[in-house]
Amino acid sequence: MTAPSPAPHKMSARDVSVFYGDNHAVRGVSIDIDMDKVTAFIGPSGCGKSTFLRTFNRMNDTIASARVTGEITLDGEDIYSPNMDVVQLRARVGMVFQKPNPFPKSIFENVAYGPRIHGLASSKTDLEGIVERSLKRAGLWEEVKDRLSDSGTALSGGQQQRLCIARAIAVDPEVILMDEPASALDPIATAKIEELIHELRGRYAIVIVTHNMQQAARVSQRTAFFHLGHLVEYGETDNLFTAPREERTKDYITGRYG
Amino acid sequence: MNPFALSFLILGLGLIGWLTARARALRFDRGGAKRLHSLPAQHGWFVAMWTMLPPLLFLVVWSAVTPGLVRQTVLQSPAAAGLSDFAFERDSVLAQAREVARNPFDTEADPLARKLAPVVRDARSRYAWTGAIAAILLAFAGAVFALSRIRADFRARSKVERTLMMGLLVASLIAILTTLGIFASLFWESTRFFGQVPITQFLFGTHWSPQVIDAKNPGASLGAVPLFWGTFFIGAVIAMLVAIPFGLMSAVYLTQYASATTRRWMKPTLEMLAGVPTVVYGYFAALTVAPAVRKLAVALGDQFASSESALAAGLVMGVMIIPFVSSMADDSLAAVPSSMRDGSLAMGATTSETISRVLIPAALPGVVAGVLLAVSRAIGETMIVVMAASGAATITLNPLQSATTVTKQIVDLLTGEAEFDSPKTLAAFALGLTLFVITLLLNIVALRVVKRYREAYD
Repeated sequence: MTAPSPAPHKMSARDVSVFYGDNHAVRGVSIDIDMDKVTAFIGPSGCGKSTFLRTFNRMNDTIASARVTGEITLDGEDIYSPNMDVVQLRARVGMVFQKPNPFPKSIFENVAYGPRIHGLASSKTDLEGIVERSLKRAGLWEEVKDRLSDSGTALSGGQQQRLCIARAIAVDPEVILMDEPASALDPIATAKIEELIHELRGRYAIVIVTHNMQQAARVSQRTAFFHLGHLVEYGETDNLFTAPREERTKDYITGRYG
Repeated sequence: MNPFALSFLILGLGLIGWLTARARALRFDRGGAKRLHSLPAQHGWFVAMWTMLPPLLFLVVWSAVTPGLVRQTVLQSPAAAGLSDFAFERDSVLAQAREVARNPFDTEADPLARKLAPVVRDARSRYAWTGAIAAILLAFAGAVFALSRIRADFRARSKVERTLMMGLLVASLIAILTTLGIFASLFWESTRFFGQVPITQFLFGTHWSPQVIDAKNPGASLGAVPLFWGTFFIGAVIAMLVAIPFGLMSAVYLTQYASATTRRWMKPTLEMLAGVPTVVYGYFAALTVAPAVRKLAVALGDQFASSESALAAGLVMGVMIIPFVSSMADDSLAAVPSSMRDGSLAMGATTSETISRVLIPAALPGVVAGVLLAVSRAIGETMIVVMAASGAATITLNPLQSATTVTKQIVDLLTGEAEFDSPKTLAAFALGLTLFVITLLLNIVALRVVKRYREAYD
């Protein structure tokens, strides 16, 4: 579907640790993320899965006390090297947050935000095309096409989250990070988001953090189980849920703790 | 009886009432019930309030009506027969009599006043005693009534609570009533002014020279437009050109860029600007900034530049207003959810793009409200313009020329010798009323903006 990447994996993490001050939140995690796959990070609250996810587009940079060690590569290029421009990185690795966070602007302006910043549209019609395409891919176009100038914050929670997904894909990223994207939504809106993830798979490498194991089983092809900052087990989703290799994974997915 | 001694006596009675009621409540027959509705101390407070509040309220009212009663008594006394029928003269003699009653060795007073003084003194002491005795009787009556109501099942707790609530209500009403009172007095004096000068002439006239007033047509030299223009030009244009950019930028720096350590010392230092007395700003403007501005004007080729330029007053006023704008902008930037900031940064926006495209637009209503409050503060500011602005009312767009403001003119009109019913003096009240209405409207608009903004993020 996309051009073959020069490196074998889209993104790779090697021995990544994250510290918040003295708190060692992620401990020596190594993992590979591939195109065409949805990778789910599961684990109990506080296991470091969200923190680890945020290292993939360097969002931990915004927290003064956070420190990251180890190596993370995108197409073989170290994203923490001084040569890496964080603006370029985040254009290639987009992010959707736990709580829908549309800007207090119109629906159109929300989606047009990224293309404008990165100068992706050469004309107004071009920009309109990008906005329409992104909203269509996010499955929101039919619901909002007649009111693009309405405020993005006036939409329902589920629509807001799909607007945020449209905003993320408007800059044509290669990887999309989703941090518990449905945890603030009702079951119907959640189902729509999951359906959307299915449709987006193949076009982007998707990494989703979730505390909902059924959701991980439904949407992902690979699952990583985190516990106390360690990556306990990583494998094909079907195998991990039916035949976990590790005792801790088994305990978690059978509901013994978490 | 000395009012202090009397108040003390009433407080003492209240204390006795408190102790009695509490002692009685402690001995209540509980009739098998485990608990009383109210604590013994609450019964005590109930009685103490009934003992103290009615006489104290009575004394407040009494002291307000006593002078009128004294005057009545004196006028009816035989010694008052020699008083003039002419109200002004009569009042003057009565005032002297009151003075002599207080200080019998005042030998300069009018002989009639000296004759009236003993009558005044007698009447005064009689009414004072009447009031004192009535107050003490009231205290006893209140105490007896309240004590008679004390029973095991009496709900003293709720009564005390309600009285406290009323007390708090009165306290908050006083501020509101004062505002209304100020408005009423301004309004009253202004109507007298508008009886002599047509309101349209005052509001739309462009000639202001209160020093030379034509008695036949006073309104011709009392056109306030130059003052409104000067106020607007100095307070809302020049001062805001200084305050808005610097206030906003310092707020952005403090909320978005500064480290916690920097913020910790920088914010209080900035807010110290708000604590500088305005008179200090005034002489800073008059002694330091104004000469510098004049030099600049001369350097620019204006040989006759004014040393009381609009620019000098406006610049210093702007500096004074910076902390207001900065602290309102700071609050509203801090109120923008951090998820907005994260969302923008995650799109690959830089910090400055995030600030200018997301944070400031989101915080804009709060910033606008802050600016409106700052404007209302600036146009009401007096000391700086009194010291640094000119008295000449001109309509000009040149900041190097002199301009005057409403507040400066009010001060000029009311200082020096002036009769209090000439159009010149009354004009000060009309100016005050106009200013009051304008700042009130600005504040209302600002508060509405803030309110709507708060709803958006809750």
